[in-house]
Amino acid sequence: MLIFIFVISIFLGVELIAKVPSQLHTPLMSGSNAISGITIVGALLATAGEPSTFATVMAVVAVAAATVNVVGGYLVTDRMLAMFHKRGGSGRR
Amino acid sequence: MSFETIIDWGYIVASVLFIVGLKMMNSPETARKGNGLSAVGMLIAVVATLLVKGISFEWIAVGVVIGSAIGAVSAYKVKMTSMPEMVALFNGLGGLASLLVGWVEYHRHPDSPVGTMVAIYLAVLIGAVTFTGSVVAYSKLAETVLSGKPFLFRGQQIANGFLVAALVVLGVLVCVDPVNAYPYVIAAIVLSLVLGVMSVIPIGGADMPVVISLLNSYSGLAAAAAGFVILNKVLIVSGSLVGASGIILTQIMCKAMNRSLGHVLFSGFGAAPTAGAASGAGGEVSAVTAEDAFYVFESARSVVFVPGYGMAVAQAQHTVKELGMLLEANGCEVRFAIHPVAGRMPGHMNVLLAEADVPYEQLVEMDDINPIMPTVDLAVVIGANDVVNPSARDDETSPIYGMPIINVDHARTVYVLKRSMAAGFAGLENPLFFKQNVRMLFGDAKASIQAVVSQFKG
Repeated sequence: MLIFIFVISIFLGVELIAKVPSQLHTPLMSGSNAISGITIVGALLATAGEPSTFATVMAVVAVAAATVNVVGGYLVTDRMLAMFHKRGGSGRR
Repeated sequence: MSFETIIDWGYIVASVLFIVGLKMMNSPETARKGNGLSAVGMLIAVVATLLVKGISFEWIAVGVVIGSAIGAVSAYKVKMTSMPEMVALFNGLGGLASLLVGWVEYHRHPDSPVGTMVAIYLAVLIGAVTFTGSVVAYSKLAETVLSGKPFLFRGQQIANGFLVAALVVLGVLVCVDPVNAYPYVIAAIVLSLVLGVMSVIPIGGADMPVVISLLNSYSGLAAAAAGFVILNKVLIVSGSLVGASGIILTQIMCKAMNRSLGHVLFSGFGAAPTAGAASGAGGEVSAVTAEDAFYVFESARSVVFVPGYGMAVAQAQHTVKELGMLLEANGCEVRFAIHPVAGRMPGHMNVLLAEADVPYEQLVEMDDINPIMPTVDLAVVIGANDVVNPSARDDETSPIYGMPIINVDHARTVYVLKRSMAAGFAGLENPLFFKQNVRMLFGDAKASIQAVVSQFKG
């Protein structure tokens, strides 16, 4: 069943991304990069379970790495997209 | 309603928000909102996960606080020219996280069923390759430790072949007898980290857009694999969306360079100065001064700027934008023609121009500008070289033959802003410079444009 979800999502992704204009490819990339930080969910779950120093340290490093990916990715994408504006409109720096 | 149901619904809502967010990326008007929705989706997924029993909040808080601080500071500090490095680093961290998730799962449950073991192995392998591959890509782009030059050695492909074969063998061993396989898992992690380094070092700076796109795809696939490890659907959905996105961007980049993915990954393009197409065009170049150029700018009815990464290096985009405004005030039609591989990652040039306040309607894609190029009075090439090299179109012996280019030579007059006559990123001669309708404007691009701007104002 999970394989089914995987394959359908790949096809859905192809359909969605093919419609993104080339001028937005950099924000698309940093934004989708932030989405790949979803592995943070796995990192959070990895802190659960019987206590083990090794596992806890690794899980915390994973949480930190994924959080950089998520927080940094979304913020920098927002910063970029705020710069795109139409003629006459004002862009925020 | 039980916690489990709430968590499941949280994941469903998050997945929907990711999909809607990506869909809204199809127009600059809605893209920012789409990114916001996607971020909300991520928040919901995280909050839902916190409802899971047994999660250690103190430790999570430590990781989240550190991660948020680093992420937020770097997101606000990074210069737009350094965006590719930034994306590479973030990619790498995503890969690292997936690697660790797989490792911890194995550490806790070495007795997992075969299906889970395969997923763990893939998450660890792809995560590790993404991690070190991205770090190497970062240092190549930032030119810190490694230079942008491809690094090739004898037997490189054989060595890579052995690495892959060893990883396959280890994978089989791990899945057959997981409980006693800890040393094999460690060996596989080390080899995957090495493979990540080995697969990116032979790739030249000019091919970085392809590599970044590919690593972007890997980071998604690593997350999806981690999803199979912990049997979590939201990881699988979002991981595969990102995986697909990276694959498409990789394809677009390869097409824009007329190269196959295999060629980019294994050929070390630009490692040695290529023979063919050298000098062939020959002849004298004609130079023009900024003062003389001004008169042509003033009388032009339509001007097309063709920016390359050199414009960003010279930090000339703001001055170019100012010139664009003066030209428009003078009744001239101003456009910026963007080649798909201009800059160092897909769409990079658009971001750099957006930062300089150029409205996005003025940005034109290569396929839309080429048919009307003969009607253009003046094409101005700033810091671009290979993407306007007519050899790609006319000279079958050229290494870049077949690469789509912006046909600036079809414009009535062409100005090429260039520091000197040195060859471009790919190390090729450019016969464009010797054409009848082409004039070279030597010097720092920013200073040259500034000189024209002063003439307009003066």
